[in-house]
Amino acid sequence: MILEMNAPAPLDPELIRRDFPLFEREFHGRRLAYLDSAATTLKPRVVAEAVDGYNRRYSANVHRGIYALGEEATAAYEGARDKVARFINAPDRREIVFVRNATEAINLVAYAWGRRNIGRADAIVLTELEHHSNLVPWQLLAQEKDADLEFVPFDAEGRLIMDSWEVLLRTKPKLAAFTHKSNALGTVTAVREMVAQAHEAGALVLVDGAQAVPHLPVDVQAIGADFYVFSGHKVLGPTGSGALWARAELLEEMPPFLSGGEMINSVHLRHTTFNEIPHKFEAGTPDVAAAIGLGAAIDYLAAIGMERVAAHEEALTAYALEMLPREVPGIRIHGPTRAAERAGIVTFTLPEAHAHDVATLLDREAVAIRAGHHCTQPLHERLGETATGRASFSVYSGTDDIDRLAAGLRGVQRIFGRVPASASPSHGSPS
Amino acid sequence: MDDLYRDEILEHYREPHNFGTLDAPDAVYEGHNPLCGDRITMMLSVDAAGNVSDVAFSGRGCAISQASASLLTDEVKGRPVSEVEAMRNQDILDLLGIVISPARLKCALLSLDTLQHALEARHDVQASSDEERVGR
Repeated sequence: MILEMNAPAPLDPELIRRDFPLFEREFHGRRLAYLDSAATTLKPRVVAEAVDGYNRRYSANVHRGIYALGEEATAAYEGARDKVARFINAPDRREIVFVRNATEAINLVAYAWGRRNIGRADAIVLTELEHHSNLVPWQLLAQEKDADLEFVPFDAEGRLIMDSWEVLLRTKPKLAAFTHKSNALGTVTAVREMVAQAHEAGALVLVDGAQAVPHLPVDVQAIGADFYVFSGHKVLGPTGSGALWARAELLEEMPPFLSGGEMINSVHLRHTTFNEIPHKFEAGTPDVAAAIGLGAAIDYLAAIGMERVAAHEEALTAYALEMLPREVPGIRIHGPTRAAERAGIVTFTLPEAHAHDVATLLDREAVAIRAGHHCTQPLHERLGETATGRASFSVYSGTDDIDRLAAGLRGVQRIFGRVPASASPSHGSPS
Repeated sequence: MDDLYRDEILEHYREPHNFGTLDAPDAVYEGHNPLCGDRITMMLSVDAAGNVSDVAFSGRGCAISQASASLLTDEVKGRPVSEVEAMRNQDILDLLGIVISPARLKCALLSLDTLQHALEARHDVQASSDEERVGR
């Protein structure tokens, strides 16, 4: 058999699961079918060991100790910064600011860049796909500055309506902030094209990469945005880790976000000069262990290869999109119908049962999904649903997990179809 | 555990009692569950003796929250307002008669929380335009 030169070798989730200690636990007597990786990923053993290694063997503070232990900790922490920079192809390691998560990164930009650069009647363009974390910080900024928020709507398949986007750019916004990949529908946005168009219109661009970095090869130079943010805990890393990438000249001119120790150059009683970037934005002792753990997670993913990760998750998405409607009569799938337009996320509702009831019943089969609005209430209003179910994938996910989801959903239908069929109060007639 | 979705709960979900609206309620409140975005509206009328003379609820929700609202509205009809105000979370769980996991507790308690808020807001509603509140 001749292998295509460009086709990445497929992943074997059975093999990968051996690297994740959580699969050694049993739930209701079975291996967990974990389908909530968009909320947070499970952690491979190497990440747990990296965090543990710091805490056990060299848990000194960073950038302070004039002794071997302190230098070891600093080297590991700064080494993690190098790994993050390489992983997203940042041109300069000083452009990586460690934060707790993508939410903190967006708040940092809204506070430090936004307060200085957004004024009365300035427009900020967002989209209706955004997670609350890329919405609420801009609402607060807009309220404080009396600025305007504009929203790009999405079509029936959850794709951004590009005509509306182009019209909104004519308002000459100061900033466009949008997701690289929707956490609720999995929609992958045309990020390069949108960045180029926004720049042409004179806007800076923040891209929320919280769902993209775990699933696709990300190259911030190719994307060309001004700010790019992601969370470590969705990339197989520890909670408490994450990064803001921003162009160095922007970071240089931005005032600090949090202030105190570490972010200073010299402090006098009445004035202070600030440290160099990125340290200017890392006030106080950082979560050293989490950053080192994130570095280990990135090493793990880089060894697999992000092209293979993306291909694996697209294949799983295609499998689910084809199989679920066949095996689960009446299921409604929200978002793009083509796997290539969505990545690693399948969102659905059953006419018979509310998403919370679905998740509770699936839990008894050791199938973990997310149920609710996934921190995207405006998006759900547009869908006309208060809550949906969401299955999301990572490197350890397999078609066997999706088979168990389908079997679980049929079980839900058996239970909810048991009562004499009459119209339910809120979900139309059962199928 | 397995009787979480026993027939009685599902029947209340499919055909909830007291589902709908009242024409001239003395109290209205819309409660919501921030975890899932579910919303329910409780309306109730109070007679001269201070008893709940009529009660209705509307809105979307899961089987647990809809069954809980259905059972609760049956339970409070005809009872003195003071007794309804004194009801505790455990009373709802007793009405449902099922074991609720911590993650689903908010679903079960939304109806009582909304009803008690309606009673608290009763004087405000009486002071302002009834129609405006009811009509939304």
